[in-house]
Amino acid sequence: MMVGLVIDIFLLALLVLIAVMVVRTGRLYAVIVMSGAYSLTSAAIFVNLDAVDVAFTEAAVGAGISTVLFLAAMAYIPADEKPSQNRNLLAGVICIGAGALLLFAVMDLPSLGDAMAPVHQHVAPRYLAESGSALHIPNVVTTVLASYRGFDTLGETIVVFTAGLGVLMLLAGATRTKRVKTDNRKVAAKTAKPKTNKPKSATKTARTKA
Amino acid sequence: MNQNPVFRVVAKILFAPIIMFGLYVQFHGDFGPGGGFQAGVIIAAAFILHALVFGLQAGRQIISARVNLWMMVLGVTIYGAVGIVSMAKGGLFLDYTALTGSVGSGQHIGILVVEFGVGLTVTSVMLALFHAFAGFVEDRAND
Repeated sequence: MMVGLVIDIFLLALLVLIAVMVVRTGRLYAVIVMSGAYSLTSAAIFVNLDAVDVAFTEAAVGAGISTVLFLAAMAYIPADEKPSQNRNLLAGVICIGAGALLLFAVMDLPSLGDAMAPVHQHVAPRYLAESGSALHIPNVVTTVLASYRGFDTLGETIVVFTAGLGVLMLLAGATRTKRVKTDNRKVAAKTAKPKTNKPKSATKTARTKA
Repeated sequence: MNQNPVFRVVAKILFAPIIMFGLYVQFHGDFGPGGGFQAGVIIAAAFILHALVFGLQAGRQIISARVNLWMMVLGVTIYGAVGIVSMAKGGLFLDYTALTGSVGSGQHIGILVVEFGVGLTVTSVMLALFHAFAGFVEDRAND
């Protein structure tokens, strides 16, 4: 109990420290690496809360892939953040006010791990009771994710798919037109190009005929 | 393309075990922590490591851009198809029990197939994103 408390305080303090450093530094490479560290610390906090599935996702997606993708994107933006000149007092007041309101709202939340909390009263008992005995799947997180709320997860998968398509249309589309341009510049010296073009156009005409 | 022999050897050694671990996370999600989302990201990480060390072209030789796009589509389709099949068997949409008629095996098969669809989509989307970002930069550098 005591050890858990000490670990919690240490991790949360680390989280605040990293957040402050992210705000203070202007170098974007450092920001990316530190947001990876932020995710990893959050993952450690989730492990401490016994939410291993969430921790796993946070470590893999937040600390792993996001960092790599950000670094890949970094290659074509400036390495330093633009220094902002305006110190807006009103914005600061609104931020602090909103933060104070959120802290005030936290007072009304049920305490951590409270068995009588509303979230543990609705459908959760049924999931916990059924998952192992009736469905024979011990990991309740998986049954909730894939079975009880399978429709949600279908939506999530489609969101991932759509996001990927969106980025591909924005970036890969740009590269493709550029490649065609460079190919034209180099003239039709490469015989492979017309070869690959012919069957395509042939199928296209076949399709339009059909 | 990285010529440093340490990177090349380590990447070659790690490539298969990372995918192996990803598959373990994928198909062991019923019993331990894990599932399609995490496994998808882990498997994508293996391919990204390969592309980082051996170059984007070498990465595209394993999974071409076209195959990558089809994998994205196939994952979502597999997920949706499970729902359609369960409807065709007389249940509701995504009612896995209807797949085999018994709760135990139906839920098991349904969740496994659905998670596979999720994993396939996540892997290919992550890979496509990486290649889109990194390839875009490479093209600009060539201009």
